[in-house]
Amino acid sequence: MSTPQTDPTLEALVARKYRHGFVTDIESDTVPPGLDEDVIRLISRKKREPSFMLEWRLKAFRHWVTMQEPKWAHLRIAPIDYQAISYYSAPKSKADAPKSLDEVDPKLLETYDKLGIPLHERARLAGVAVDAVFDSVSVATTFKERLAQAGVIFCSFSEAVQNHPALVEQYLGSVVPYTDNFFAALNSAVFSDGSFVYVPKGVRCPMELSTYFRINAANTGQFERTLIIADEGAYVSYLEGCTAPMRDENQLHAAVVELIALDNAQIKYSTVQNWYPGDEQGRGGIYNFVTKRGECRGVNSRISWTQVETGSAITWKYPSCILTGDNSVGEFYSVAVANHYQQADTGTKMIHIGRNTRSTIVSKGISAGHGQNSYRGLVKILPSAENARNFTQCDSLLMGDQCGAHTFPYMEVRNPTASVEHEATTSKIGDDQLFYCMSRGVSEEDAVNMIVNGFCKAVFKELPMEFAVEAQNLLAVSLEGSVG
Amino acid sequence: MLRIDNLHVRAGERQILNGLSLEVGAGEVHAIMGPNGSGKSTLAQVLAGREGYEVTAGTVTYRGRDLLALSPEERAREGVFLAFQYPVEIPGVNNVYLLKAGLNAIRKHRGEPELDAFEFLTLVREKMKLMQMDESFLNRGVNEGFSGGEKKRNEILQMAVLEPTLALLDETDSGLDIDALRIVANGVNSLRRPDRSIVMVTHYQRLLDYIEPDYVHVLSGGRIVKSGDKSLALELEKRGYDWIKQEAA
Repeated sequence: MSTPQTDPTLEALVARKYRHGFVTDIESDTVPPGLDEDVIRLISRKKREPSFMLEWRLKAFRHWVTMQEPKWAHLRIAPIDYQAISYYSAPKSKADAPKSLDEVDPKLLETYDKLGIPLHERARLAGVAVDAVFDSVSVATTFKERLAQAGVIFCSFSEAVQNHPALVEQYLGSVVPYTDNFFAALNSAVFSDGSFVYVPKGVRCPMELSTYFRINAANTGQFERTLIIADEGAYVSYLEGCTAPMRDENQLHAAVVELIALDNAQIKYSTVQNWYPGDEQGRGGIYNFVTKRGECRGVNSRISWTQVETGSAITWKYPSCILTGDNSVGEFYSVAVANHYQQADTGTKMIHIGRNTRSTIVSKGISAGHGQNSYRGLVKILPSAENARNFTQCDSLLMGDQCGAHTFPYMEVRNPTASVEHEATTSKIGDDQLFYCMSRGVSEEDAVNMIVNGFCKAVFKELPMEFAVEAQNLLAVSLEGSVG
Repeated sequence: MLRIDNLHVRAGERQILNGLSLEVGAGEVHAIMGPNGSGKSTLAQVLAGREGYEVTAGTVTYRGRDLLALSPEERAREGVFLAFQYPVEIPGVNNVYLLKAGLNAIRKHRGEPELDAFEFLTLVREKMKLMQMDESFLNRGVNEGFSGGEKKRNEILQMAVLEPTLALLDETDSGLDIDALRIVANGVNSLRRPDRSIVMVTHYQRLLDYIEPDYVHVLSGGRIVKSGDKSLALELEKRGYDWIKQEAA
């Protein structure tokens, strides 16, 4: 990695461009590439943040420059030049976006068609310069009214910083501190926007929350930050992402998601991730380096992560649960696909601290083409966690003989009353199974989809209904042509 | 219906079928018997289109078409059905979901309207009664955790739903106790029709007490060495296979 100190010419260049950007063109939408404390001050000022935010960002940055990228994952990553990235763009000008769907890559349109994405949504997803999509705006408005009645706060992170600074200050970084890891530190220093949810005491959020319905959700950029707080006895289900492939020029994505569940609260967080995976030769594609963690801070609280990861060239993510409260429950259900030259290193951490804490891990990895798929999971039972229980099931499905599946389970048990179970299987999609289906009249492609969906069933049933149907279609499209 | 002419089949280095010829007319039931390793199951698999076998000579004509040129799913859609000796488990895939997908693919191929979930369920329930299968089969994964007998019954259930023109039964009697055998045989018998042919591969004559064949053939060394009527099976039961091998040699 390069730091500002290592390359004086680059530093000079950045400083010069930056001065130009800042002084003479204060309204400019994008800050020139490069990162130093001035850039962070600029970001904070542009967002009119209170001083605690700026201080926090600066501390994160100062820590980040001392850190190294993690090297332990089973991933091959081309070097990233952090000084070549621009760390602030205002909501995009629509000048260089496609003017209509006619200008959008026909392959992308074909994919939308296969996924059954409604016509009026396709333009938005492809980044077409439409001022507002009438339908989603009106939906979002009624949506906001209902939430307000229930007392639920659901807004962009920037709005939360302006309107609910006390909540942000209290909870930001309390689950993922800025010191946590290289990418989390970077995100803390420069994050652009994201989502904020607060569900007050005893409130059951009246609907599934989705970024999809949040106005201005588009272009939250590559350093997204999400914070969800479920107060005592509250319940919320949050959906992130979309099955449709999104157009995005940024290669590096380093998001942070923090969840906090207080006494008797429950948070269900579902993700469908379908960023551009690169082409069939492995050129291009998003690097998705995400830190997601939830803390069951209160007694009897529960946090469930469900993820379907089919996109990105490289995925590095471990949605985790810290089970602090007695009797709290953590769950992780995951389907990860690595096709063509995709690489995925994903899994979870379950940290048992409270008594009678329980965790369940169900991971389904699918490898095809030259894809490399790793499950990496930690189950840690601390001495305080009397009668903790964990069950882990970790299955890999291989399609073809060029791909790889790897499992790295770590267990650290420091209380003798704990019960920890781990089951793992690796199977090849069987010629026998395919032939059986085909001999009943089913085409090979449908047979593959059927078998793969059967393999993932335990995870899909954890997704909200309409998401589950979309996820199945998505899987079919992602694995198209990988057998035969 | 089906005409096999001088069929030679190899799996890897091993020659398994060695000039097999057989003609099956519409509505006929043929039993193919023979000692272990004589190529009975290979014949069934090759006719259904299983990969891994190489046809080195000979032809197979099914309803006037070159059967070997068709893919397995095309054969199924043209009315060929194989009841497997060892039906494979497919975890997480619903048993009747697979069946519905198969039936609708076949109906589409025939130019018939696809069945919706309700119509299909009505049909399956009726056929399940025939096979004395309880409702729980509707919700289980394909052969997942089925006993040997349940698997075989499930195969015949599929046959009853898919209504093939040519049914190949591969050792459908193996692993069945006498009650299960009777249920399976009754199922098959109820599916006998003048326009449907059945070829059963079996090691034992026992099955033929329940499903009476029109013709019995003995397979040895990869070819049919003797053909006859049902009495041939009884003779085999009495005398074993050795005398035929000697006669053929």
